[in-house]
Amino acid sequence: MLIVDKELCIGCGICEDNCAFGAIDVVDGCAVVGDTCTLCGACVDSCEVDALKIEGGEKSVQVDLAAWSGVWVYCEFRGGVLAPVSLELLGVGRKLADARGVKLSAVLIGADTGATAEKLIAYGADIVYRADDQAFTYFTDETYGAVLTDLISQHKPEVVLAGATAIGRSFIPGVANALGAGLTADCTQLDIREEDGALLQTRPAFGGNIMATIVCPSSRPQMSTVRPKVMKELEEDTSRSGAIVEVNLEPAMLESKVRVLESVISEHDDVNIQESDILVGGGRGLDSEKGFELIRELAMHLNGAVSASRAVVDSGWIGYPHQVGQTGKTVAPKLYIACGISGAIQHVAGMQSSETIVAINRDENAPIFDVADFGIVGDLFEILPKLISKIEGHRKS
Amino acid sequence: MKIIVCIKQVPDAKDVRLDPVTNTMAREGVQSIMNPYDQHAVEEAVRLKEQLGGEVTVLSMGPPQAEEVLREAISCGADHGVLVSDRAFAGADTWATSYTLAKAVKKIGDFDLILCGKQAIDGDTAQVGPGLAIQLGIPFVTCIQKVREASAKELVMERMMDDGYDVLAVEYPALITVVKDLNEPRVPSLKGKMKAKKAEIQVFSAEGVGADPAKIGLAGSPTQVVDVFPPPPRGERAILTGSIDEQIEQLVVKLAVYL
Ligand SMILES: Cc1cc2nc3c(=O)[nH]c(=O)nc-3n(C[C@H](O)[C@H](O)[C@H](O)COP(=O)(O)OP(=O)(O)OC[C@H]3O[C@@H](n4cnc5c(N)ncnc54)[C@H](O)[C@@H]3O)c2cc1C
Ligand SMILES: Nc1ncnc2c1ncn2[C@@H]1O[C@H](COP(=O)(O)O)[C@@H](O)[C@H]1O
Repeated sequence: MLIVDKELCIGCGICEDNCAFGAIDVVDGCAVVGDTCTLCGACVDSCEVDALKIEGGEKSVQVDLAAWSGVWVYCEFRGGVLAPVSLELLGVGRKLADARGVKLSAVLIGADTGATAEKLIAYGADIVYRADDQAFTYFTDETYGAVLTDLISQHKPEVVLAGATAIGRSFIPGVANALGAGLTADCTQLDIREEDGALLQTRPAFGGNIMATIVCPSSRPQMSTVRPKVMKELEEDTSRSGAIVEVNLEPAMLESKVRVLESVISEHDDVNIQESDILVGGGRGLDSEKGFELIRELAMHLNGAVSASRAVVDSGWIGYPHQVGQTGKTVAPKLYIACGISGAIQHVAGMQSSETIVAINRDENAPIFDVADFGIVGDLFEILPKLISKIEGHRKS
Repeated sequence: MKIIVCIKQVPDAKDVRLDPVTNTMAREGVQSIMNPYDQHAVEEAVRLKEQLGGEVTVLSMGPPQAEEVLREAISCGADHGVLVSDRAFAGADTWATSYTLAKAVKKIGDFDLILCGKQAIDGDTAQVGPGLAIQLGIPFVTCIQKVREASAKELVMERMMDDGYDVLAVEYPALITVVKDLNEPRVPSLKGKMKAKKAEIQVFSAEGVGADPAKIGLAGSPTQVVDVFPPPPRGERAILTGSIDEQIEQLVVKLAVYL
């Protein structure tokens, strides 16, 4: 319950302004809490007279925290390829493990993983749990979930990280739920709290309009999915040594009620926009499907991928996997060039964490310029060809 | 076919933003809407019902006003609405939410299929669907972009992956979560609106669904928010000036590190 101390409350309304859920109203000079309160605590932090507090949050689940030790990273492997986010997670996992003075383990599930386990060690893992079996040729939530859930129950790591990819965000929630563990989605920052060694998991909420830091005070493991591209991988060090442990697979773990009939890899190799350092985004300003040719050309010159606003996806100019935004993908490339995109909040929600944002739009009042680091007001059909040739010129010089 | 669709009422994103000057939440006229992904889930459920027969129950956990989204779903073709509402649910994270929804589903009774949106746009977690399936002990598939074949026994579907899509088959009972490519939600008909107005929404309390008080709300949530703060401010913003050619020139210089 959110409790308002009527003696202390001065009715200033700061809490009302800070509530994202419209759950607080100041009535007769005192804050009143409504039904839409989610106990997020934003108001408690904002109150300058300490009139608000959250009570009754004593966690009912209590595990023996000391029994859980070690940092784990689920390393995604599909179609013979290790997802790049796996190495990024080993990078941050190494830091967390060192801060806690514990080992860093990697979990590798897949078919024909070859020398991948050795690579994970070279990138920071002390132990690799390897589940290599033809049954894992295709991803299914049940098989991958069964293996990971079982390993975690057996070895009791305190922290488990996975990439916030299609696969990670699908089966990790099932694993966390089965274990009764807290899971924080789509983290962009992870730290260890000094007092008690708890994992501080920071993530954007409301499309990046606010940031929230989350802990799991009394349950273990502490689980997070982490956005690709925000953590840094370590330098490869082939002299590092580590142990590879083959996972004992029970037949039941290899069974799934979901049958994969076919796995279709998109013919456009640029489709995984979350993994690209550079994105060129196209919107309705492109006028037609043909307009995307310019976008593709620029992307090619920059070695980047092509993204899009919902308006053009809905028009069928480009496929849904390219859509950025609230109902599409969240991306955080080093460079995002928005061309003919107005910058509606739903689009911006999906790209505002990009390192550098460039906007090209002929309407100087387009909201995209509010988030852009550099903006050019003008016609993209004039600007893009010139930009492409300038970039080419720059490359040559 | 007995289908249950889980829908959530969320604040409309365009109303939720931090005032860049005061750093406080601008909440003027925050509208509540049905989570956009859930609209696609409702649409698909109604289509399956139209094809295979049966009924669609929409289920929401939330404050009393969440009734609005249940009525909206009924106006689009759902048959029954169930609201699980109790002050004791406040502060529920995705674990406690999926536990509570599972209790409500058991109370509703038999079902073949449960649909959820891929994620709710307020928290963007995408965790409640899979969590609910685990609580119920049924298989789940996330991010369905297309239903290829539906029969009284199973679904053949496409699931969106990062590098393409997988084609899968699953027998009932099962839970799926959906993305917006799946379908185009219909606009409610006048008849639908009338029906929605008159529809009786069943309301369950925590006790009514037999929820363990230790597993709901803030107390039943393994995660806890300890801090909320505005995102770090972006770097300097510049609208480039000069002729178009000069601006492009400047831009290429600025972007040199990426080239
Ligand atoms: C629930 C919900 C969820 C949504 N989710 C998403 C989402 O995930 N992603 C998303 O992108 N949108 C989403 N939207 C839609 C969003 O609100 C906008 O409608 C959409 O982003 C607009 O796309 P756009 O910028 O391409 O088109 P427009 O808004 O039409 O903008 C086109 C821009 O191009 C400029 N322009 C035109 N011609 C030229 C030219 N020749 N040269 C230069 N500039 C030019 C115009 O000035 C204009 O600013 C969502 C909406 C809702 C209601
Ligand atoms: N309170 C709720 N009531 C009903 N359904 C919900 C609720 N919260 C989440 N869901 C369902 O779970 C999906 C994923 O939500 P989330 O895990 O919160 O991103 C949503 O699209 C809904 O279908």
